[in-house]
Amino acid sequence: MWEYAPAPESRDIANLKPNYRMFIDGQFVEGAGEPLKTVNPGTEEVLAEVSTAAPADVDKAVKAARRAYDRVWGRMPGSERAKYIFRIARLIQERGRELAVLESLDNGKPIKESRDVDVPTAAAHFFYHAGWADKLGYAGYGPDPRPLGVAGQVIPWNFPLMMAAWKIAPALACGNTVVLKPAETTPLTALVLAEIIQQADLPPGVVNILAGAGDVGAAVTSHPDVDKVAFTGSTEVGKIIQRQLAGTGRKLTLELGGKAANIVFDDAPLDQAVEGIVNGIFFNQGHVCCAGSRLLVQESVADELLEKLHARVSTLRVGDPLDKNTDVGAINSREQLTKIQQLVETGDAEGAERWTSACPLPDKGFYFAPTVFSNVSQAMRIAREEIFGPVLSVLTFRTPDEAVAKANNTPYGLSAGIWTEKGSRILWAAQKMRAGVVWANTFNRFDPTAPFGGYQESGFGREGGRTGLEAYLDV
Amino acid sequence: MSDRISVAKTYKLYIGGAFPRSESGRSYPVVDAKGTFLANAAQGSRKDARDAVTVARKAFPGWSGATAYNRGQVLYRVAEVLEGRREQFIAEVAAAEGVAVKKAQSLVDTAIDRWVWYAGWTDKVATVLGGSNPVAGPYFSFSLPEPTGVVAVLAPQQSSLLGLISVVAPVIATGNTAVVVSSQDRPLPAVTLSEVLATSDLPGGVVNVLTGRTAEIAPWLASHADVNALDLTGAPESTRADLERSAAGTVKRVLRARPSEDFTREPDLARLRAFLETKTVWHPMGV
Repeated sequence: MWEYAPAPESRDIANLKPNYRMFIDGQFVEGAGEPLKTVNPGTEEVLAEVSTAAPADVDKAVKAARRAYDRVWGRMPGSERAKYIFRIARLIQERGRELAVLESLDNGKPIKESRDVDVPTAAAHFFYHAGWADKLGYAGYGPDPRPLGVAGQVIPWNFPLMMAAWKIAPALACGNTVVLKPAETTPLTALVLAEIIQQADLPPGVVNILAGAGDVGAAVTSHPDVDKVAFTGSTEVGKIIQRQLAGTGRKLTLELGGKAANIVFDDAPLDQAVEGIVNGIFFNQGHVCCAGSRLLVQESVADELLEKLHARVSTLRVGDPLDKNTDVGAINSREQLTKIQQLVETGDAEGAERWTSACPLPDKGFYFAPTVFSNVSQAMRIAREEIFGPVLSVLTFRTPDEAVAKANNTPYGLSAGIWTEKGSRILWAAQKMRAGVVWANTFNRFDPTAPFGGYQESGFGREGGRTGLEAYLDV
Repeated sequence: MSDRISVAKTYKLYIGGAFPRSESGRSYPVVDAKGTFLANAAQGSRKDARDAVTVARKAFPGWSGATAYNRGQVLYRVAEVLEGRREQFIAEVAAAEGVAVKKAQSLVDTAIDRWVWYAGWTDKVATVLGGSNPVAGPYFSFSLPEPTGVVAVLAPQQSSLLGLISVVAPVIATGNTAVVVSSQDRPLPAVTLSEVLATSDLPGGVVNVLTGRTAEIAPWLASHADVNALDLTGAPESTRADLERSAAGTVKRVLRARPSEDFTREPDLARLRAFLETKTVWHPMGV
């Protein structure tokens, strides 16, 4: 093992302010809700106080969005909208380092991930969709597809800025205006994005960003003057929203939970597979809806693979999210840490074999050591429920058909992984997967050109690509 | 009148990211719409054209191999730098085309927006023109558009900037490299555009611009074995059939001139499609 000297990114780069306000109708305003304190999960210190929305503020934001839609944005030529969205992309790139550090402070993810994945992908999403704004007639929805109106969007805490980009960019490109609510525990980068939107000189009301907890989200998604609802988060809340919107005729897209199978066949390049498995479940502390949380290994290579996997996971460095050497950062909140601990206990109780990395953990902050359960059976809770943490469940199979059956044995269907050297088997297995994204000999790849979204209880609708535009068009 | 004597610019060729004079040593006077002398432009030769094809070929693997996202970023950067030269282009277009400043402004603005339009196509062409083929058998089959290679572009003779941008941007957006022969009598905006390209992260050789006599240079490009496609938009009418015949020597793709093409109108995909190949890939599917 190598020794690493700490290589911390400077916290000052985040330009952290003591107070953050909401963004309504082009202005930063105090909300009438109870202010929330957002915490650095890496240290448990309070980072900033954030003003939150009361129901009247939600109403104000929706009205501003409606006005902006009717008077400006909905009737603006696509080529002009495009230039605004390109500006946002460029401003995100210019302020990339600041956003990355702020994201790691507020969310707890390793700086190398916020720097190399979250922020660049967010910028790329705006860049890609900017180009669509004046090409919608080529997207396959008829010659002149129309926007829907006001989009109400609620996003989770696992990729705060990136999720904001995935929501806002296609909405604006298609000509809609937006009311977005970031997660209660990670509001900061979305509010800096509001600053960027102001710098880009977008007309007031085109994008409105509210802060608050689930009640504010519910007020946004159930507001009668919202034409389209987009939600990314838990399947449980997704079902509530779907019920809420039943009978209203409002368009809905949901990107919910997952319990992805990562299938390793006996002819797979094992070292490469190990890297992919590690990336699949320990990327972003496993706070990934498409995480490869169920490893399905062909029996003949299971022992060898598990040994390699333990060795590799032992080298993962868990700790300070701002350290550039950190592989696994902090769990986003105490609440989430407790949930992970509880589910892991059920794994023990139900008879799975638990292996935990012996890596040191910091004294303060919310951390959970990378954990691998073997001898897992399909009936166990750790094989069925989304843990949303750095915990992998390993199951085995004998034949390809058995692998497919086990992989699909879940109410979810967001993603899947396939590891084999045989191209024909990749395509065969990919076809059999009841999942919206299938990665072969890789995992957790995201690109604005590639549609992302789930089957079954992982939600409906896609984000990204030509397909993703449908969610924001009246088609 | 200002007391200061302004510094006049030497207008040169743009080949491989550099600005050489014509190897022939020739130049020709360029005048405005009223016949007043503006500048001397380099009069490109057969050898200049061949040099340009050589560097365009060299630039092709890198440019076509770059990600579509990367190409989009570079092209958008070109638009940003174009915007910064807006006033210069307005003056040059007004002088070259003999139009009022207001009209020139509108032409330049449309030209910049046109460039942005094509910048946005780099990472969308494949999804619009490509797709999977539901073949009747256990195979996965898909077809993708790919750039055809080195494209010789005879730029429009009348529209000195908007027309030029409308024919160059679609060629390089999809990953081709270009050898452009500018408008013969209105070449100055093309040279200024070259200066923009040279300072916009566009790799040298992706676009090469020759000024000179179209009828003199075009036949060498049309018959050049290392040119894959030919855009005849600015070819004098009397030469078009001959150029098309020369192009047949190496089965070049030829984009014929459209009669009185109006470059102020939003384009369709024709210019993107003209310089794309379709590649179909098959792979068996099964355990």
